[in-house]
Amino acid sequence: MIRNITLGQYLPGTSAIHRADPRTKIIMTISFMVVLFIVNSIWALIAALVFVAAVFLISGISFKYAIRGMKPVLYIIIFTTVLNMFFTDGNVLLRLGPARITEEGLILAAVVSLRVFLLIASASIMTYTTTPITLTDGIEKLMGPLKVIKFPVHEMAMMMTIALRFIPTLIDETDKIMKAQAARGADIGTGNLLQRARSFIPVLIPLFVSSFRRADDLAVAMESRCYRGSEGRTSMRILKFKGLDVAILGIFIIICAGILLIHYLI
Amino acid sequence: MAVSNRAGRDLMIEIKKAEYIYDNHDFPVKAVDDVSLEINTGEFIAVLGRNGSGKSTLARLMNALIIPDSGKVIVLGKDSSEAENVWEIRKNVGMIFQNPDNQIVGTTVIEDVAFGPENLGVEPVEIKKRALKALDMIGIEELRERAPHLLSGGQKQKVAIAGVLAMKPSCIILDESTSMLDPVGRREVLETIRKLNKIENMTIIHITHHMDEACLADRVVVVDEGKIMIQGSPREVFSDVMLIESLGLDVPQVTRLLFNLKKEGLVDDSAVIDIDEAVGKLRALIG
Amino acid sequence: MKGTPFEKKALDNVSMELKKGEFAALIGHTGSGKSTLVQHLNGLLKQDEGQLNVAGLETKGRDLKELRKKVGIVFQYPEHQLFEETVYKDIEFGLLKQNIPDEERRKRILDTAAIMEISESMLHKSPYEISGGQKRRAAIAGILVLEPEILVLDEPAAGLDPSGTRELFDIVTSLYREKKITVILVSHSMELVGDYASRIIVMNKGRIEHDGTPSEVFSMGNKLEEIGLGVPQITKLMARLNEYYPEIARDVYTIEDAQRIIGGILRRGR
Repeated sequence: MIRNITLGQYLPGTSAIHRADPRTKIIMTISFMVVLFIVNSIWALIAALVFVAAVFLISGISFKYAIRGMKPVLYIIIFTTVLNMFFTDGNVLLRLGPARITEEGLILAAVVSLRVFLLIASASIMTYTTTPITLTDGIEKLMGPLKVIKFPVHEMAMMMTIALRFIPTLIDETDKIMKAQAARGADIGTGNLLQRARSFIPVLIPLFVSSFRRADDLAVAMESRCYRGSEGRTSMRILKFKGLDVAILGIFIIICAGILLIHYLI
Repeated sequence: MAVSNRAGRDLMIEIKKAEYIYDNHDFPVKAVDDVSLEINTGEFIAVLGRNGSGKSTLARLMNALIIPDSGKVIVLGKDSSEAENVWEIRKNVGMIFQNPDNQIVGTTVIEDVAFGPENLGVEPVEIKKRALKALDMIGIEELRERAPHLLSGGQKQKVAIAGVLAMKPSCIILDESTSMLDPVGRREVLETIRKLNKIENMTIIHITHHMDEACLADRVVVVDEGKIMIQGSPREVFSDVMLIESLGLDVPQVTRLLFNLKKEGLVDDSAVIDIDEAVGKLRALIG
Repeated sequence: MKGTPFEKKALDNVSMELKKGEFAALIGHTGSGKSTLVQHLNGLLKQDEGQLNVAGLETKGRDLKELRKKVGIVFQYPEHQLFEETVYKDIEFGLLKQNIPDEERRKRILDTAAIMEISESMLHKSPYEISGGQKRRAAIAGILVLEPEILVLDEPAAGLDPSGTRELFDIVTSLYREKKITVILVSHSMELVGDYASRIIVMNKGRIEHDGTPSEVFSMGNKLEEIGLGVPQITKLMARLNEYYPEIARDVYTIEDAQRIIGGILRRGR
């Protein structure tokens, strides 16, 4: 039931994308998203689409996974598409009673939906090809410079790791608690909005309490294994920029330049 | 029953008249009350006691998770009340806890086993070596990339043991680590620590309330209300059936049986702790 | 009560009948399907095939509320479901959905508290203020207060020490005798099963392997070991002695019975 949530799941593989340093992928994904917001030209976005399709191909990830990522936002896309199609001024193509579809509207709708699709697809390709722990390592390394202003980089990374580790466990526990409460006649998730909110209390309170207890136990266990923060701490996993990363970044810069060029020229 | 006093270096842990008081709720509780105990290197000790007897508190005194309010706890010659000794003690005396889930930090098995060495500042290449060696020693090398939530209770505890082993300790304390496991898991964990004790000469302190587990130990220490009530070999301890049961604990069924027969005047001596011994004794009597 | 063929990996062609007032034990290795079977009894899970009729109600019918009044399931570590401000309120929780006059509801809660040896003062405390053993009794009270005809206990003694276990089972036994409820005990402890159950259902890989009295089931020591289960220590002892003294029965599973038999032999030998 609840277990069917896939959190940008990792799909194992040995492609160049899989092997790239997580920092490379994070930097690329963020930069790419920025580029997507800059460009308004439909041709530039189509070029971007070709690029993303190529990345999927190289990484061996089936395109259907890209489509799957769209499901949550399907309604938003349809809504904005319709909005843009019908309410943009310009060269009228079709008239349906009082409503009208314009050429500009059609293009705008295409631009907006394509942009949303590409944003999601690029984030997905990053999570599909990088394990959560590797991603966390990458984020921790990238945030490294922030240590200068005393930002708790290590602590944040540790928190993310622990959260990732416990999400499946907490999901299982929620299931258990819901079953136990249902067994004594609780109606969880039914009724009007207020009733439904209240009906979750018998599940949330035990969950919170047990989570605090977990945190307490875990802290003691960590201290038993000599954890004392980042002081003197090393890591089994070392991130190193390889030739592969330089090559990938190089190609990426060229492609982005190309996309931006198309945007400014066409 | 006196434990022979060995030379200082053979002593793993020395507890001298230790006391620990919990200041909670309405009244303070002496969880550990004037306890003195010596644990020798390579021993397999079982600490037996009912819930609330103080056995867990005693365990936590031994790896400096808590410091005695009076008295001393000396681990490998180091006083646990001195702050600079704490990390050295925890490195040497590893602890496995009751809840298999709430001690695993890593998102995969090998990552979790690496956690200890990482905290100790070990070189990255060496960390991986130690982690793989520990997993191999426990026999779970093939689980190394597995996510913890997909493991059974017994497997999780084995991961925890590997995680402690990777820190190269001299002693491992198991604080009710089998309580939440099914029989298969319990057997796996017990087999693992028995092997570590016999083959690696690892000092094992097993805290439990299950007498069948205590029977595997060299020495059993029974605690109640913060005090040591009786200690000795499993056979010596369990033959005092009345005392054991008055402390809220159980004896093995065969021990109980022979004790009852002894009360009826049909057998002289009821000191048995397993089926083989019971069969032997009864056959001798029946003829 | 009747359960007939299921057909999924978790449960495979399970058929059985349980009479009112029986104290049955359901044993099996982890993953044998016992939890899955139990969750069908109050409709938490619905079978893909076959029928399940519990206390006169079809579990696939719509009225789960009715069903859950008749079948009370106490899951492992039930104290984890406590959430109300006071023990009293938490026990009351299950009753609130039913149309019971205030007076009667109060009486039921107090009666159940008495059975579970929960004192008046404990009723007013927060569930987070009481000890582990007390929490467990409070959680069980929360199910008992619904006055189920069938009580399912999943490893009720998990995590309890020997005296705690004994106290709990004393309560369960007196409950069983006085209220004549049908009890299903799911447990890994053969000693407990041998001491309390009058019928044992053995599950293995989603199927029912054996179904019979303790004498019948425990005398099949080898078969049980093959599927990852054991027998009470005393049964193993008697089986070993039987190799030398054929007159010693193999189907003994309590200390009292063993004592009687061996005592008799020793006396005759004098």
